[in-house]
Amino acid sequence: MRAVIDREQVLHVARLARLRLEDDEVERMASELSAVLDHIAKISELDLDDVPPTSHVVEVTGRLRADEPRPCLPREVALQQAPAVQDDGFLVPSPQA
Amino acid sequence: MQTGDPAIIELTAAQASAEIEAGRLSAGELFDAYRARAAADELNCFTWVADGPPVGDGAEPPGPSATHGSDRPLRGVPLAVKDLFCTAGVPSQSGSRILEGYRPPYNATAVARLAAAGAPLLAKTNQDEFAMGSSNENSAYGPVLNPWDRTRVPGGSSGGSAAAVAAGLAPWALGTDTGGSIRQPAALCGIVGLKPTYGAVSRYGMIAFASSLDQAGPLTRDVTDAALLLGHMVGRDECDATSLELPAPIALPSAERLDGVRLGVPVELSGEGVEAGVLDAFRATLRRAEELGASVQEVRLPHAPHALSAYYVLAPAECSSNLARFDGVRYGRRAQDAEDLLDMYTRTRHDGFGAEVKRRIMLGTYALSAGYYDAYYGRAQRVRTKIVQDFEAVFADVDFVVTPTSPSVAFGLGEKTGDPWSMYINDFCTVPMSLAGIPAISIPCGLSDGLPVGFQIAGSVFSENRLLDAAYALERAIGFDGSGVRV
Amino acid sequence: MSSEEQDPAARVRAGTRARGEADTAGIADAIDYEPVIGLEIHVQLATATKMFCGCGLSFGEPPNTRTCPVCLGLPGSLPVANARAVHFGLMIGLALGSELAPRSIFHRKNYFYPDLPKGYQISQYDEPLCRGGQLGEVRIHRVHLEEDAAKLVHVGASGRIHGSDASIVDFNRGGTPLAEIVTEPDVRSAEQAGEWLRLLRTTMRQLGVSDVNMEEGSLRCDANISLRPAGAQELGVKTELKNMNSFRFIERGIRAEIARQEGILGSGGQVVQETLHFDPASERITSLRSKEEAHDYRYFPEPDLVPVAIDAAMVDAARRELPELPAQRAARLEQEVGLSAETAHLLAFRSELGEYFDAALAAAGQGEGRQSAVPAGGPGPAGEEAQALANWVTVELPKRLGADVSPLESNVTPQAIATISAMVAGKEISVGAGRQVLDKLVADGGEPRAIVEEEGLAAIDGGEELAGIVAAALAANAKAAENMRAGNAKAIGPIVGYVMRETKGRADGGEVTRLVHEQLGI
Repeated sequence: MRAVIDREQVLHVARLARLRLEDDEVERMASELSAVLDHIAKISELDLDDVPPTSHVVEVTGRLRADEPRPCLPREVALQQAPAVQDDGFLVPSPQA
Repeated sequence: MQTGDPAIIELTAAQASAEIEAGRLSAGELFDAYRARAAADELNCFTWVADGPPVGDGAEPPGPSATHGSDRPLRGVPLAVKDLFCTAGVPSQSGSRILEGYRPPYNATAVARLAAAGAPLLAKTNQDEFAMGSSNENSAYGPVLNPWDRTRVPGGSSGGSAAAVAAGLAPWALGTDTGGSIRQPAALCGIVGLKPTYGAVSRYGMIAFASSLDQAGPLTRDVTDAALLLGHMVGRDECDATSLELPAPIALPSAERLDGVRLGVPVELSGEGVEAGVLDAFRATLRRAEELGASVQEVRLPHAPHALSAYYVLAPAECSSNLARFDGVRYGRRAQDAEDLLDMYTRTRHDGFGAEVKRRIMLGTYALSAGYYDAYYGRAQRVRTKIVQDFEAVFADVDFVVTPTSPSVAFGLGEKTGDPWSMYINDFCTVPMSLAGIPAISIPCGLSDGLPVGFQIAGSVFSENRLLDAAYALERAIGFDGSGVRV
Repeated sequence: MSSEEQDPAARVRAGTRARGEADTAGIADAIDYEPVIGLEIHVQLATATKMFCGCGLSFGEPPNTRTCPVCLGLPGSLPVANARAVHFGLMIGLALGSELAPRSIFHRKNYFYPDLPKGYQISQYDEPLCRGGQLGEVRIHRVHLEEDAAKLVHVGASGRIHGSDASIVDFNRGGTPLAEIVTEPDVRSAEQAGEWLRLLRTTMRQLGVSDVNMEEGSLRCDANISLRPAGAQELGVKTELKNMNSFRFIERGIRAEIARQEGILGSGGQVVQETLHFDPASERITSLRSKEEAHDYRYFPEPDLVPVAIDAAMVDAARRELPELPAQRAARLEQEVGLSAETAHLLAFRSELGEYFDAALAAAGQGEGRQSAVPAGGPGPAGEEAQALANWVTVELPKRLGADVSPLESNVTPQAIATISAMVAGKEISVGAGRQVLDKLVADGGEPRAIVEEEGLAAIDGGEELAGIVAAALAANAKAAENMRAGNAKAIGPIVGYVMRETKGRADGGEVTRLVHEQLGI
């Protein structure tokens, strides 16, 4: 797997990531990502059949929380850092627009 | 002693707390002395410095309640905290423009516990943006300078914490390590840095980079301070499902020799790619260890050469998801005059994130996207399994794995910003331990061309106390003197 | 898009027309299509706190007063799963006969939307809490746990947002625990979907895991709909009809979508796989996310959570809390109590009637005012007598109470209706008298025997008195009597009617008929 990512893929991924890229950034990103993916491609050489994946090294399970209420933030604190507020809510451009 | 008295600054944190306990020094004096030095910082170590004496532990909105007793065993020795730890009412920006001026409503568990134990917040330290970097050049708030040579980097991502402790601008500091972000800057700045077992310290309130790898730890002047600070951070936290209770409390180290201790040197991490001067200091330290009674043998970590590749799939993948919350809706920066929602999202994130963060978000999003998951994320998690098995096999034969912490000494500002991979390579001795979730400490072991070299000791899961003892014995034998840069 | 170009009314007509009838799309030889429908139901769980944080669930509190760093997605916050939500998930799995996974994990479903504070939803992907199962005639594919999104209120143009309509986000609902129940594509009609969803709702309500109030959105349904030529095996292209929150809308929406697809296929077109919205006001079906690229959720295991391990103790705890469910109640009422299948089904699926009937049955078992065969304290009457009681509960009582009044809230106690049924069965009063007593009870409440006393409704046993009244009836209806002698049995009507008038319905119809024949010597 010699992964090389082209301009089109960069634009698709940037859209998934909600990242705007200027034209010059698209080119640079394509070459930088291709270079890094080239190094990463090493792991495709390994034989990993029937090797289980590891997400946490010390395997614990459960760790469930008792269904007991805790104090909430006062509304003014919740809204304090918001870029735009209206009617006690977080104001955003409408997704339907 | 009066404020600014160099004698105060020469005290380690443990010594300072002893002085306070003995009544020969007041916590107020100590705090003021360090606040004055931090305020005069010329290395750009800090993103915020306390403007007055500490006030309590800070308010406690929903979140962890500080545990660990009220007897304040740390006696008021002030603490510098990496910017990415949430501190109630105090800017917590994770080195990013997108969080400029963000003041969280709650304290990170580690910060709350240390405050409750008597370590008040002195300052927030500069870092690579969202902890992504090995040189601190990725901070939105400017690079940190290495106190040993101001034309060089302090390492990263906890570069501000490392430089501040090395330069005596803070008695000790909190950092985080995802692939080497505590150990590598500690090495490049000539101090001690410890990455605990994954889960030993709660991640609650740490602005996440890569959740399955992020781990908080101490950056200190010596091993004793590292043990003292770590001892009051660790433990299970109801707010972090991945946090763990250590089998035994952290003890202050006391070992003077290494009789019977078996050190393993992995060939994959101690030869090719490591600077000659670094290798010299490393080998000299191995000889010291043998003089103290340790045995040294070669070991193999066959999959270690693939660790960096696996890491640069897993960490970016997790970060691409962790950083999705920075969307300009609830907090932080928002691009103005957006035409619509999509425009608001994409411009907010374009303007708010730096180049390296964008690169990793792109890399991670690509690695998780349809058709690539198995080839990248899935495989990387399996490589991780292999690396864990490699270490388990080695720890059957030796007590510790030792390597140079970083393949090079501090490099020049701007020297490696051109090519991402040349920067990523700096982590190749530290990333395998991160993937394996095992504890590892870096101690200064000498100089190369007048710049500090770090010696890394890694142990099996939960081996912190043995690790600290071994590091302590070596530290005494090495007798590294970093006082020259505490100007 | 194409769906909008069609005349919605036509689609509804097509949806309601009988199969095989001429296709409204104007195709001469209409192919008979079979709808294949799978349902995805989101059930809000009735826990005290949210799925991953300690915030109390919101019931119309002021906006953004039920939030914390976790459910606001503040930097550094971490989720911790709610034990009771897992418990409820297990109860649902047991109730649906699902296989409970000994180990299940949470995944992150990544996408951007203002109601999604972290930029991902914590859900379950390839290792859900429960797999398989069946409810009624519909097989269950899986049941998994996830967190609800916040509430978005569209506010139109706002001075604060440059050049675009604005919305306001309220995070009170964000993070509410959801159980998503996914069925196999076993549903074949809109009506069946509605009927099955009522069964599911009743089941959830009896489990006590949810308020299942559709108007308040605690039960929401998506439908995956495709058509295939009747008898065909392979599935056609499916569309997903999103977020319908009332049974009426669901049935109308599915009907309209079936008709829309019939129109497309019937005119030789291709159904496009897309997500659709049904607007009940206009009956219009429109495509959602038309501006979105194909979705790529980039699922990966949630690194902030550890696997959920289900042990025997957790399963036992869930099983202990399981009540009798509709299917079980129907079986019991039919097999043990001996009711007709229809009556058993009715009592099982209308839980308020079922509970009332069980109470009445128990009262009858206590020997409530009855001299009948069944011993006091026994299991209660069975067979015909139980069926008679069931008829009073399912027919006579609802007829008088109206649809909106639950019998348990009415003036008529289960004991009272048991008494009426028993008195009728014991021939103490006639059916007609029983109805009069019930009228009185519905109006003013009270005790049946007392009412029978006051109103003098006790049946007249077939003695001299009744014989006399019958004789008078024959005299008053000589013509009818004549016809009867001539062999016209129907002619008895006016004679019996006379007796019933005279006795205010207290006479037993059978006894009257016997006396008439006796006195006419036929």
